[in-house]
Amino acid sequence: MSETPTVAQRPDGSEPGSEGPDAPVPGREPSGPRPDRNQVWRRLRADRAAVAALVVVVLLVLMAVAAPLICALEGQNATTFHNNLIDSATGGVPIGPFGGASGDHWLGVEPGTGRDVLARLVDGAQVSLSVSLGATVVQIALGVLVGLAAGLGTRTVDTVLSRAMDLVIAFPSLVFAVALMAVVPGGFPRPLLLMLVIGILGWGQTARIVRGQVLSLRGLDYVAAARLTGARRHRVARREILPALAGPVITYGVLQLPANVTQEAGLSFLGVGVRPPTPSWGQMLASATDWFQADPSYVLLPAALLFVTVLAFTVLGESVRTALDPRAKSRLRAGIERRRKRPEEAQA
Amino acid sequence: MKLLEVADLRVAFDGVAAVDGLSFDLGAGESLGLVGESGSGKSTVALALLGLHRGSGAEVTGAVRVDGTDVLAATEAGLRALRGARAAMVFQDPLSALDPYWAIGDQIAEVHRVHTGSSRRAAHERAVQVLDRVGIPDAARRAKSHPHEFSGGMRQRALIAMALACSPKLLIADEPTTALDVTVQAQILDLLHELRAEDGMALLLVTHDLGVVAGNTDRVLVMRDGRAVERGEVAEVLGAPREPYTRELLAAVPRLDSPRERPDGPKDVLLSVTDLHRHYPAPAGGTAGWRGLLGARAKLRAVDGVSLDIRRGETLGVVGESGSGKSTLGRLLVRLAEPTSGEIRFEGEDLARASERRLRPLRRDLQMVFQDPVSSLNPRRTIGESVADPLRVHGRSGQQLKAEVGELLDRVGLRPDWYQRYPHELSGGQRQRVGIARALALRPKLIVCDEPVSALDVTTQAQVIRLLADLQAEFGLTLVFIAHDLAVVRQVSDRVAVLRHGRIVELGTVDEVYESPQHPYTRGLLAAVPVLDPAEADSRRAARAELRGRERAAALTA
Amino acid sequence: MIRFLLRRTVSTVLVLLAMSAVIYVVFFAAPHDPAVLVCGKGCDGARLAVVRHKLGTDLPVWEQYWQFLHGLVAGRSFDSGTDLTRCAAPCLGYSFQTDQPVLQMVTQRIPVDLSLTVGAMVIWLVLGVGTGLLSALRRGRLAERALTALTLAGMSTPVFLIGLMLVMLFCAYLQWMPFPSFVPFTDDPGQWAANLVLPWLSLALIMSAAYARMTRSSLLETLAEDHIRTNRAYGLSERRIVFGHALRGALVPVVTMLAIDVGQILGGAMLTESVFGFDGLGRLLVNSVNQIDLPVVVGVTLFAGFFIVIANAVADVLYALADPRVSVA
Repeated sequence: MSETPTVAQRPDGSEPGSEGPDAPVPGREPSGPRPDRNQVWRRLRADRAAVAALVVVVLLVLMAVAAPLICALEGQNATTFHNNLIDSATGGVPIGPFGGASGDHWLGVEPGTGRDVLARLVDGAQVSLSVSLGATVVQIALGVLVGLAAGLGTRTVDTVLSRAMDLVIAFPSLVFAVALMAVVPGGFPRPLLLMLVIGILGWGQTARIVRGQVLSLRGLDYVAAARLTGARRHRVARREILPALAGPVITYGVLQLPANVTQEAGLSFLGVGVRPPTPSWGQMLASATDWFQADPSYVLLPAALLFVTVLAFTVLGESVRTALDPRAKSRLRAGIERRRKRPEEAQA
Repeated sequence: MKLLEVADLRVAFDGVAAVDGLSFDLGAGESLGLVGESGSGKSTVALALLGLHRGSGAEVTGAVRVDGTDVLAATEAGLRALRGARAAMVFQDPLSALDPYWAIGDQIAEVHRVHTGSSRRAAHERAVQVLDRVGIPDAARRAKSHPHEFSGGMRQRALIAMALACSPKLLIADEPTTALDVTVQAQILDLLHELRAEDGMALLLVTHDLGVVAGNTDRVLVMRDGRAVERGEVAEVLGAPREPYTRELLAAVPRLDSPRERPDGPKDVLLSVTDLHRHYPAPAGGTAGWRGLLGARAKLRAVDGVSLDIRRGETLGVVGESGSGKSTLGRLLVRLAEPTSGEIRFEGEDLARASERRLRPLRRDLQMVFQDPVSSLNPRRTIGESVADPLRVHGRSGQQLKAEVGELLDRVGLRPDWYQRYPHELSGGQRQRVGIARALALRPKLIVCDEPVSALDVTTQAQVIRLLADLQAEFGLTLVFIAHDLAVVRQVSDRVAVLRHGRIVELGTVDEVYESPQHPYTRGLLAAVPVLDPAEADSRRAARAELRGRERAAALTA
Repeated sequence: MIRFLLRRTVSTVLVLLAMSAVIYVVFFAAPHDPAVLVCGKGCDGARLAVVRHKLGTDLPVWEQYWQFLHGLVAGRSFDSGTDLTRCAAPCLGYSFQTDQPVLQMVTQRIPVDLSLTVGAMVIWLVLGVGTGLLSALRRGRLAERALTALTLAGMSTPVFLIGLMLVMLFCAYLQWMPFPSFVPFTDDPGQWAANLVLPWLSLALIMSAAYARMTRSSLLETLAEDHIRTNRAYGLSERRIVFGHALRGALVPVVTMLAIDVGQILGGAMLTESVFGFDGLGRLLVNSVNQIDLPVVVGVTLFAGFFIVIANAVADVLYALADPRVSVA
């Protein structure tokens, strides 16, 4: 249909509980009535899970930032071998209980090499968090740019970019990420490379969300009214469209972060992440497979840390989403949009 | 005992009463209209009659007795035996009210089977029978269609057929024609009338439209804020209302026969449109054969060769049903949409071919008031900001800007100190006033109003129409008033254009078009408009029936 | 319907072509010289040139791609200077490392991923859709919590982590079963299943979270629609409403999601394979990446893409078949 149905758009609409004719009309625009910043903050603070997750996230970030400090405090580093602390008769099992934990090595040493586990864990946190944060920034930046271009551009531009989004979303990104690692020269800094690869393969969903928002906003009468003032295109976009994108983009970004943590750990687990001797959680888990029986603590420590990190970011993301738009049901409780494509973390 | 008895009904959501102490009854074969503006609680009453509030968290107290069943106390099984079998409901939006995955005949047959335990074959036969009864042509074949393959009017007929499946004693129709065009509305109302006359069903008709009640029920109950305001015979209540609220409501309804006062005189042409076209590619699936595969798509001609003049200082009404292209035409006039071909001449300039840059200085003369008061204001900005926007673009700032916005808000009947309010703090009518202030800000020459009052309640509607007329006189505005409601257009316009399938079928002064319409389509439209006088409504129904009979006869002999 | 299928097929082929071009150019325009690797240590200039010619890397990239495409469709020949090797269509070339035909290497691995996918799918459908339905229909604190827990766990646990924990618990700590290794179904169905239980479980636990969520939200959404209210107003029982009217619409998005997920996992469940040491497509890719064996990398990536594009097409067709409103005419 070329025009919106014109006959009696708002029929009576006497929903239960709605008030008299002169009462406020409930907002029905795509991103809801203007969320008050204080209100969002209040809602977040009232959410106990959100507060707990936030505390964990802050601790993790502190741990990553203060990694050198922690190492100095313990008096160890992540790369020094301690052959005297492992039992060469058993192939390198740490001497002593709990993976050789002692006053010098608080969380024990790595089987086979005797490197300090705590130092490797906190250095790993640094890698994990910086890579996933960087990747998220790349994803959001690319996604917003492409989504805006598709939503505001001509029909041809939109068609081409939409197909590209479909392709990027459907693409086996882990497969492609692994494959890409093969062709980049060895001298390229690995954390930066990981950041870029994860980012470049993961902007599709953001772009799709942004495009959808822009398209629905563009059809709204208030955007038409802004055009009628004689304002230039970019002014209309800046004033009427961009502010409405902030909510969905922030929400999606916070939810994307844990997926990127998982992705980085997965690539490192497969041996195509950061190069040794730079430590990373995925790498530690991969090498731990040989020490299941002899040294369980070496498996459990990075596993627990990875799990807690992803969990905390996920819970926080869900809470931010609910706080920004209380009407949208939480993904945890109700689910996500129909016909969704799988999120990164489910990638086998 | 009456068929339907409601005593002291109260329905509350979270402690707020939507219906508050309502009592009424309805005997077998009788009909009652339940009328009210939005928020009056009338739809809530309709749902409560079948106990559809169960499980929704509403507190329902009082007594509701339908055909001997105590609805509030009945067991689930007892309620199910009532619903659809002895009392059936027709909903407002027939597209969403039918299961999109099921064939229409199957949905009707299922209802029959559930209540009568009939065989599959018998139920299907019954479905075809009732579809035929409500005037679906070729019912046996059409029973296999899915809802999306039906037009709006056909879907509403199918829903009525479902209601008839078990020959209920009571039919509850909740705004059954609100989503339909005026001619289709008349057909559906005539059908309901006929069914009632022939099958002896009782009818409870819930609507916001007094005109719909006038011709179709014996009694009427006017509701406001969950309470009954006035009740009685239709002719009495509409003819000689006792309560002030009813009088106010009636006075606000635009009529085809109310006196009009429009100054007129020779005027020069402000804007002239010649052979204007706007085509869209037809939606996918509307094409056939290999051409569709290769991308050559059929066109949808939204505006298909429109020519007209708009004279300085006049109001030109544009009427048409949904899909007639009237909104597209409105957007073309202010160049929000780009014409496929044709000419729009305004003060020596052809707007149709002008680039965005050339248009910019012209924009201040051509403004628009939109239909939907929700989406026409940016929810993130204060209303003052929204009104200030056009002024700011054209170089106003500081104290002068504030003062001008204050004046504008004051002029449209809002308080100047509401500058800092957000749209969600305002009612629909107030938002529409903000929209008008924004359109007025640059002192334009022409304002296109696209269904400016169709989303508003009838009393608010009257206020906004009065405001527009005052502003026109004060600022010497030229208005294009686009609407589907013929009575509203008659009230505000000097000349009227009737649009159908993107073409003008009739264009003339209001008196010419409304008193002696030339085109059969215009005549059909006018004949379908509901009127407030029950006697008049009856005679018009008879005239419509005769017209249909003649058409049928003509079709047979042709 | 035929026209719809035809259009879908054409676009599918186009997408596959575009994808193969991207993959090929990215990998063969890379700065590594594969010939150096193949040639090995102590390789002189003359020998290197011969190797380059044999690999075809002395040609411009677009010409290499054309030959590659030609090989896919009509087969191609490799000329090593002394003898001619004929590689029949569809030809993906030969491994730089082992000289085996890539197609053969790939097809050998497919049973592993197929076994993994099919078994895991059955489990995650039962677990995910079941939990989703239950929590949508019996809304109580318990079902709600179970769903939240399942979802959180599924969203926060990388599949290799679950796999590791399962192996550690059942194989290393409790020693209820040996460390799994892949046994082909045709050799011994019992051993096949026994060895696959843990991989299936770890995949399914992750996936079922998404399915539970989707099923629940989709069913709740459908149950809130107007036509369900009509059903209620006409005296249909809840059972009839849910199973006759709501479920069909609610499961449509679940089915399309399933098609896409199956496509993704068939194309290589790298992490699962790595944890359990199964030699599937994923491990093949990881190994060839580490050895810079480009023809194999391209071959596996192409196969993975192929599965996904096909899965998307299947999802679209299923969607069109399930929903009468989607125009397929």
